[in-house]
Amino acid sequence: MSDQKKPGISRRDIIKGGAAAAGLVTASSLIPTRFAIGNTAKVKVGILLPYTGTYAKLGSNIKDALQLRINEAGGKLGGREVEYINIDSEASPPKAPELTNKLLKKEQVDFLIGPVHSVVGMAMVKLARNADVIAVIPNAGANGLTGSLCAPNIFRTSFSSYQPGFPGGTAMLEDGHKNVVLMYWNYGFGKETAAAFKESFLAGGGNIVREIPTPFPKVEFQAYLTEVAALKPDAVFTFYAGGGAVKFVKDYAAAGLHKNIPLYGAGFLTEGVTGAQGEAAEGVRTTLHYADTLDLPANIRFREAFLKATGSQADVYAVQGYDAGDLLVQGMAAVEGDVRAKAEMIKAMESATIDSPRGKFTFSKAHNPIQDIYLREVVNGQNQVIRTVQKAVEDPAEGCKMG
Amino acid sequence: MEISFYLIQLLNGIQYGFLLFLMASGLTLIFGIMGIINLAHGAFYMIGAYLCYWLTGITGNLFTGILLAIPVSILFGYAVERLAISYLYQRDHLYQVLLTYALILIANELQSIFWGNDVHSVPIPELLRGSIQLTANQAYPVYRLFISGACITLAVAMYWVIQKTRLGMTIRAGASNREMVQALGININWLFAIVFSLGATLAAFAGMLAAPVNSVYPGIGDNILIISFVVVVIGGIGSIKGAFIGALLIGLADTFGKVLLPDMASMVVYALMAAVLFWRPQGLFGKV
Repeated sequence: MSDQKKPGISRRDIIKGGAAAAGLVTASSLIPTRFAIGNTAKVKVGILLPYTGTYAKLGSNIKDALQLRINEAGGKLGGREVEYINIDSEASPPKAPELTNKLLKKEQVDFLIGPVHSVVGMAMVKLARNADVIAVIPNAGANGLTGSLCAPNIFRTSFSSYQPGFPGGTAMLEDGHKNVVLMYWNYGFGKETAAAFKESFLAGGGNIVREIPTPFPKVEFQAYLTEVAALKPDAVFTFYAGGGAVKFVKDYAAAGLHKNIPLYGAGFLTEGVTGAQGEAAEGVRTTLHYADTLDLPANIRFREAFLKATGSQADVYAVQGYDAGDLLVQGMAAVEGDVRAKAEMIKAMESATIDSPRGKFTFSKAHNPIQDIYLREVVNGQNQVIRTVQKAVEDPAEGCKMG
Repeated sequence: MEISFYLIQLLNGIQYGFLLFLMASGLTLIFGIMGIINLAHGAFYMIGAYLCYWLTGITGNLFTGILLAIPVSILFGYAVERLAISYLYQRDHLYQVLLTYALILIANELQSIFWGNDVHSVPIPELLRGSIQLTANQAYPVYRLFISGACITLAVAMYWVIQKTRLGMTIRAGASNREMVQALGININWLFAIVFSLGATLAAFAGMLAAPVNSVYPGIGDNILIISFVVVVIGGIGSIKGAFIGALLIGLADTFGKVLLPDMASMVVYALMAAVLFWRPQGLFGKV
């Protein structure tokens, strides 16, 4: 975090180090200095999200909700105008380093928001953690982003793949399913979700009849469904998302499996896609940190505002974008718009409480949300909350040496 | 596992093979017979799926939706050939790769503008909505059987047109010697426009038929491009019979690969392709 050493900054540093007791007074006396530093320039928020391809909808929802939150705060961050620099990540890992560098080096952004795709996230975070920027991840769930790659200037407002996975095992045991087939897309995120699921499920005495990793991102499931029918498990736990989730749930129902073998999954199985899944999704149970129908004032308010601003219904991705916006608003308010006060801003951000549509949450030492995980069931095309499976689920943040 | 398990897997494999033939049929014309590297094959497939979703939504019935979408696809394919592809017949394959890749980008952007980025589903008509109970737990959707029937019909029709009709004869002649056919007084430009348009329409038609099973979402065409090339290459470039057999082989290999070698499921198809090409570099039914 190498601040450029200008007079204002060094004076600030001295004050910060020396006069903790007189903090309030000193801080208020500092305002003029801060304004002198650069309130005239706009705050640059770089956004690296996918706007094309399978994840396009996720990207636009996150961006819209982020801007909605900042607009609710008067369209400013810490009193300064905001300039958004949007780049289409195309959810393409090979392009991620170049695009990240474009935002960091060429545009010199103050904040970096993104991405959706976990592998893009890996590339982005590897660059951002050593750069003079604060990065907020509004989706990518790879455990490592707030695990071995964690850093003071990296925050995540979504989830780690551990978080929907681990309570999944607990929920299935509570529902009385002991013999389970585990199916998932065989790539990083699917594997992490499956591993977290197994951790709680096996410890609770569950038995995994068979584990079926299926090639990512292929959507031809027929052979596997025949296998499930022959194995006759109590239930099936899965990880699929987006178009794959639609296809899987429809194929599962079309094969008649849903009648005798209940379908469970990490929440993405029925997130933003129940309209396309139609009747096939009815009764599918999933674990996630959010549900459209959550009866919380913050959620109802947010959903109305989002619908008004964009004309479409909010989903969990929008919520995560909204909370990323809230984190920026809080962080910038704490330093009154002085983006060079990185240490102070990070301190404010990591101790922030986000009044999220999913329910209030705080951050772990690794900067990942500590949040409740709900068990939802699709009823009439909507995810209804059945119960809270586990309160305040904290990612174990394996490999994180921070805090 | 009981014998019925393997019989159902056999059914799965054959059915998947038919679906693959349907997906690759357009490419057998454009790449196989005309020799154009058409990376936009998936884009035509995607456009077909979206047209089907859109028109089915308006008319309320899948069949009317498809009937309306077909002429649109024909016109679209024709326009693409006239405005873009027709300038590149004499050029190197690299130019065709660049052009058709650009077409993918344009098609994806247009899709995003016209239809947005949501995942959509296309309802199956009442008539085909049922399923046949196979075992205590598993049923087989009638619509999948319907797709298989459509594929067989299509394969026979294509074979007949290319091998037995005058149009087919001219197409084959035009593909092997353009100048000679021209010298014989046949309007080769018009002929190629028709073939390309037909190929694009077949790709779109595959997208339409598969839409109710696959659902419709951005990037849906990207997944079928490579497997379609594999089908055409295994079958032998230019051979419809080969593409049909190739598609069935891949369908079976993929299905049984998933069952018997789950760890290598995604590799089996390509291993099969490598083996076929090692044994017959021109493909199963390709001419040397």
